[in-house]
Amino acid sequence: MTSSLEIATAGQKIDLNRLESILSKYYKRGRDALISVLQEVQVEYGRIPQESIEPIADTLNLFPSEVYGVVTFYPQFSLTPQGKCTIQACRGTTCHVKGADKIISTIENTTKLKEGETSSDLKFTFKTVTCVGTCALAPVMVINNKFLGKLYPKKVADILSQYEKG
Amino acid sequence: MRKDEDMTRLGSVEELNIYRESILAETDPNKICVRICMSGCRAYGAEEIRVAFNEEIKEKGLEDRIEIRKTGCHGFCSRAPVIIVDPKGIFYQQLTVDDVEEVVLETLVKGNIIDRLVYVDLKTGKRFPFTRDIPFYKEQTRNVLRNCGKIDPTNISHYIAQDGYSALTKILSTMSPRQAIEIIEKSGLRGRGGAGFPTGKKWHFAQIADNDTKYLICNASEGDPGSFKDRALLEGDPHLILEGMLVAGYAIGAKAGYIYIKAEYSLAVERLKTAILQAEESGLLGENILGSEFSFEIKVKEGAGTYVCGEETAILEAIEGRRGVPRPRPPFPAQSGLWNKPTNINNVETYANIPSIILNGVDWYSNIGSERSKGTKVLSLTGKINNAGLVEVPIGIPLRKVIFDIGGGIPEGKRFKAIQVGGPPGECIPESLLDSLLDFGSLETSGSTMGSGVIIVMDEDTCMVDIARFFLMLAEDESCGFCSPCRLGTRQMKDILDRIVAGKGEDKDIELLTILERVLKDASLCGYGQTCAIPVLTTIRYFQDEYKAHIHQKMCPVGRCKINYNL
Repeated sequence: MTSSLEIATAGQKIDLNRLESILSKYYKRGRDALISVLQEVQVEYGRIPQESIEPIADTLNLFPSEVYGVVTFYPQFSLTPQGKCTIQACRGTTCHVKGADKIISTIENTTKLKEGETSSDLKFTFKTVTCVGTCALAPVMVINNKFLGKLYPKKVADILSQYEKG
Repeated sequence: MRKDEDMTRLGSVEELNIYRESILAETDPNKICVRICMSGCRAYGAEEIRVAFNEEIKEKGLEDRIEIRKTGCHGFCSRAPVIIVDPKGIFYQQLTVDDVEEVVLETLVKGNIIDRLVYVDLKTGKRFPFTRDIPFYKEQTRNVLRNCGKIDPTNISHYIAQDGYSALTKILSTMSPRQAIEIIEKSGLRGRGGAGFPTGKKWHFAQIADNDTKYLICNASEGDPGSFKDRALLEGDPHLILEGMLVAGYAIGAKAGYIYIKAEYSLAVERLKTAILQAEESGLLGENILGSEFSFEIKVKEGAGTYVCGEETAILEAIEGRRGVPRPRPPFPAQSGLWNKPTNINNVETYANIPSIILNGVDWYSNIGSERSKGTKVLSLTGKINNAGLVEVPIGIPLRKVIFDIGGGIPEGKRFKAIQVGGPPGECIPESLLDSLLDFGSLETSGSTMGSGVIIVMDEDTCMVDIARFFLMLAEDESCGFCSPCRLGTRQMKDILDRIVAGKGEDKDIELLTILERVLKDASLCGYGQTCAIPVLTTIRYFQDEYKAHIHQKMCPVGRCKINYNL
């Protein structure tokens, strides 16, 4: 699914004005601003558009390869578009001990997505995360920054169907 | 209590003291106050309950008499959502929005206790309406967490009223940087991020480094799965961390500090930014703090989501805007750290220990704890345990006491099997070793690898081979890929464990795993690679029968691993 999205968005032109307004704040700031710039770009476009990499590199006096290296290192950044709803299932140790595998398979079955994939209608992105620090309420998932704890498969399915509707 | 808007810039130590007295004079200790956890309990509907309380109070015209306070974590997370009603300290648990009206009418107005919401001890069946009597709290020593769950973390005057920023005023008016470091050295405080390096020594190295520019970093990249103590501290008492950093900045001679915080902790970021802004407006951060010569600024740097960025040299790379790959040492950060300047890096909880040491002195602090390690440790106690939550105990407490007295034992009458202590670099400890003491070090040195304070309890339904495989899966995923022992070793070990849990294990696999663990330990660049396979080693050591059952009998003793019998 992700790959078809990549192809679908490859030809699309992005609105560079929005990028410009982010970059203007960081002009010639140097390398230490890179992660902050990328975080803003990720929020603005829901991804790091390929076309943004060279302008970012120019602004911060870096090589495009250095920018690309940082983008691909940190899981927060993605080169492909993300869904409107990001489902993050925790697979930390406590969640694992408390049955995170069942939560993850329920999400996979309900959304028909595998870990790291985005639905073609851009509704859902499904990710797993190492730990969100809400272990006492394990197993946990986070949907668009809302923490949902003490999950079991039926509860997950119910929650997801609500998001499916709304 | 004063509102934030009243806050003016404080120009001297004296002005801060006068301000504190004025807050205390205005505070009515008998006012009814509902303290609602707005930290972990949010995952279980605390926000909806808070809104319901506010609406109910407004509707009944009780706003002047009753305060609804947003606080940090109360600690007893498995009973979420939890509220505490002051002044009596009534403890209500597992609240729902439907309970709110009754709580307002019965408890807040009439002063009656609602039996249904009271905590009942699972072992004895005894009811505990008041927080102070509950066994979970009674066995704890809450020093670092003293304000957590009590004060509103978004209101600086709450913190100041609790002797907040008194450690700062004490060092500014009575101590030289050298004297401040001496106190921390003598206190015996060891780093709370996991490695347990003496904090005073670290500060000393940074102080003697010859450079006009020095940096301070607070490691809030709490990566160990199962750990949430730093998040709870940052969300529940952010000014405590800022004050700890101010003391450290003064001591080592740094003018700027960074808090490197992990991406998932959005609420903690928000709380920190609010706290920093308030401290700046009050003259407690920035140029010439409280009219003194000392200037210090703190910036928040949000991480972008990797585990290895909890490693101190990887943090340096990340703040500089590079891939978060650890640096070889030496040089150590104290000599050459951020932008090659001397840098001191401590964990959130380490900074949180500083103000109380400065205020109460070395003797007070070194009375708490074990022979080798002083003070308390905040633990994230989770897994198959009745009382999961945030716990603070003196270092040196027997593990059994933590699991069975504070933790209340294993749910559903199941049998205890093991605990995993100290996050991924920690050990899996069986029942026979539960009388070991909580400490830095390892079981061989008669303590456990307390590490960052994660304790994950496993019951008889947990397959220890599956747990080992889980840790290697995590290790492989989170390895930064820079050095080959870690990048390739974790993959090889995971493949072997995959084979074993699938019933395709061979005789030689256990030995192979042990050899690979040693290679990782000897040849990896950073602490992450060196320690990430320890759970494999300790599960082999203490639960070898389970490995053998998978390998020889092709069966999983607890029936968790789906072994294909048609091999």
